[in-house]
Amino acid sequence: MNDLQEQKETTLSFEKIKKDILRPMQNHKGLELWIAFLITVISVCAWAYYVQLRDGLGVTGMRDYVSWGLYIANFVFFVAVSLVGMLISSILGLLRIDWITPISRIAEIIAVAFVAVAGLVIIMDMGRPDRVVNVLIHGRFQSPILWDITVVTTYLTISLLLLILPMIPDLAICKNELKKASPILKKLYNILSFGYINTPSQYKHLHKMIRTLMVLIVPVGLAIHTVTSWLFAATLRNGWDTTIFGPYFVAGAFVAGSAGLIVAMYFFRVSYKLKDYITDVQFDKMGKLMVAVCLVYLYFNLNEFLVPGYKMKTGDDIHLTELFAGHWAIMFWSSQLLGNVIPIMLLVTKKFRKPFPIMIISLFILAGAWIKRYVIVIPTLLHPHLPIQNVPQNFVHYYPSAIEISVTVLSFALALLIITVLSKIFPVVPICEIAEQKGIEVKIEA
Amino acid sequence: MKEETSNNSRRKFLKSVGLTVGAAGVVSGFSLLGAAKAAAQEPGETVNLLTQDGQLVQVDKNQLRPTVTGPLTELQKRGREGIAGKSFVMVIDLSKCRNARKCMDACQNHHQLRPDQHHINVLQMQDAEHTAPYFMPKPCQHCDNPPCTKVCPVDATFKRQDGIVLIDNERCIGCRFCIAACPYSARIFQWTEPKDAEKYKNLTYNIEANVPQKKGTVSKCLFSADRLRENKLPSCVSSCPNGVYYFGDQNEDAVTNGTTHETVRFSKLIEENAGYTLMPELGTKPRVYYLPPKNRAFEFNGDLLNEENLH
Repeated sequence: MNDLQEQKETTLSFEKIKKDILRPMQNHKGLELWIAFLITVISVCAWAYYVQLRDGLGVTGMRDYVSWGLYIANFVFFVAVSLVGMLISSILGLLRIDWITPISRIAEIIAVAFVAVAGLVIIMDMGRPDRVVNVLIHGRFQSPILWDITVVTTYLTISLLLLILPMIPDLAICKNELKKASPILKKLYNILSFGYINTPSQYKHLHKMIRTLMVLIVPVGLAIHTVTSWLFAATLRNGWDTTIFGPYFVAGAFVAGSAGLIVAMYFFRVSYKLKDYITDVQFDKMGKLMVAVCLVYLYFNLNEFLVPGYKMKTGDDIHLTELFAGHWAIMFWSSQLLGNVIPIMLLVTKKFRKPFPIMIISLFILAGAWIKRYVIVIPTLLHPHLPIQNVPQNFVHYYPSAIEISVTVLSFALALLIITVLSKIFPVVPICEIAEQKGIEVKIEA
Repeated sequence: MKEETSNNSRRKFLKSVGLTVGAAGVVSGFSLLGAAKAAAQEPGETVNLLTQDGQLVQVDKNQLRPTVTGPLTELQKRGREGIAGKSFVMVIDLSKCRNARKCMDACQNHHQLRPDQHHINVLQMQDAEHTAPYFMPKPCQHCDNPPCTKVCPVDATFKRQDGIVLIDNERCIGCRFCIAACPYSARIFQWTEPKDAEKYKNLTYNIEANVPQKKGTVSKCLFSADRLRENKLPSCVSSCPNGVYYFGDQNEDAVTNGTTHETVRFSKLIEENAGYTLMPELGTKPRVYYLPPKNRAFEFNGDLLNEENLH
């Protein structure tokens, strides 16, 4: 940190912090337009889902061989991005790393939004969503799907708690400061602030709870992505039948989640005018973290593709040839290069860790991460053990239909809407924690 | 396997009206119990029934009798239990298969499938570049260590005591995990409204035949479990003109050829012809055995294009 920045920071007062962070929640025309836009997209795309419900999954590009397609790839991507909550606010939080303070809440909001929508995506993929309750009535714990449902809901619950609990002091401030908020919101602030007035005993209890949750979410976060990988690794198919899928998916999730967080940080910094809080330091550190997680992911990719590629076992050979040099080569190599190798090379340089360049790089990483999920799910299904014969041409290839793409857009719009609404009604940067960190006294009136 | 001689009167009656009606076809609320007694009565109102070979026929309502319990629950219950004391196996003699595809037709008829939907599929195989190509009918392998039933989240697909792996389309949620898990690509999905859905919509669902097929659920070969209950051979086995299929009970160590009706010792057949199972390295323990395509009864007349066609 240079001297100039330090000087600037010391001029911050508690009042100014409150004012800066609460401003976008009260008056932000752009945000309202953005919400209206998202709702329009959701309404249009909901029609696509209605068509799917009415006519069956036949309106998608999926057929008997590629029986999991865009939806499942998208589900894996959503689960991956949601893992950032556990990485930032828990792992780094437990290590008492201080630069995460201003971005930990954004990470938690992303986690909640993406894991909630991931659950919905699975229902959108079901042939009989009307029978979803069968999972409760006839649920079999031998099935990885049951494990997935369990960890997804657990992760959502703990993430919600990890969003709300550290926010209690801030919500007490909202209750006092946001006089013009709607009655519903006022009630919400009132309830969720739990009468917090920052007494030493309240402070102690709250932080004890938060730290417990931080510890709890680590195994759950690992489980959610490991179990998601097991949906594939538990089968006998070439390309999925591998033992490193769990850690491989977790590593990939850290990459996708970090990229998602960087993009969100950039937009909140610009749109909410939070330059003084989400500073260049946060982007610089996130850039370094990104290099680290990308390197781990690269290592897993080497293991996942190089080892079977060296042996070229029957079954694996067709699958890998198609990935490396066949139909899937462009997607495979763009996900590896644009989504991993090139970002590592760029982000080791300080100038690429400035907010704008790293945001652009993160967009590429996110796109690469999404394509990577697609390349993990679909090619394997096109290369079964026995030949695909006596079926129409559209069984042999897979191209997502317009309906399928619309439903996928719906899931993205939903996740963005949840993030936007949460950031509209809650302070995206923790007011009290920032003040505390800067040695400013926190005053909350009863 | 021979036709049962008990229940003679009923069978005779059914034959006399040119029908072989499985329990599958019984319209909700009725069964064929006591049908023979009713035959003497005056003809009255008729109802639609589904015959074993997939035809809809009209039967006099007088020939039907109400059952005590709801037929759906009854069918579901016995469908889940299976046939006590049996352990069904199939043997497919690859040296005899000449791709007549009568098995596929009969199967699609029986299970109300479209021409592109296969419970059994005759594949053109070539194991390596310079090995001889051959035809391989591929039904569900009814594995003893089934990867599909393991992953089902709702117990909609399950293994019965007689070895058959079945699907309950009234319970299936359509997650398609079993399709992903099956290494033999034996499972299909009803992506849209099934074939003739409108025609069959009033039929009571029969778990042992997967008919009527249900939109948004998985379907697959069931060894014609409904026919087995009547001591008949599966549709594919009966319809083969070339003597490819043997089917029977491993507990009796006897399998019957569907074409010649000759019954032989299962263990001897496998031993003498070096019978094998598909992809034994996967540990799925199939109940379908293959006899190698040796001394073939025909010239391979397939159109193997290239390696691409094979994988």
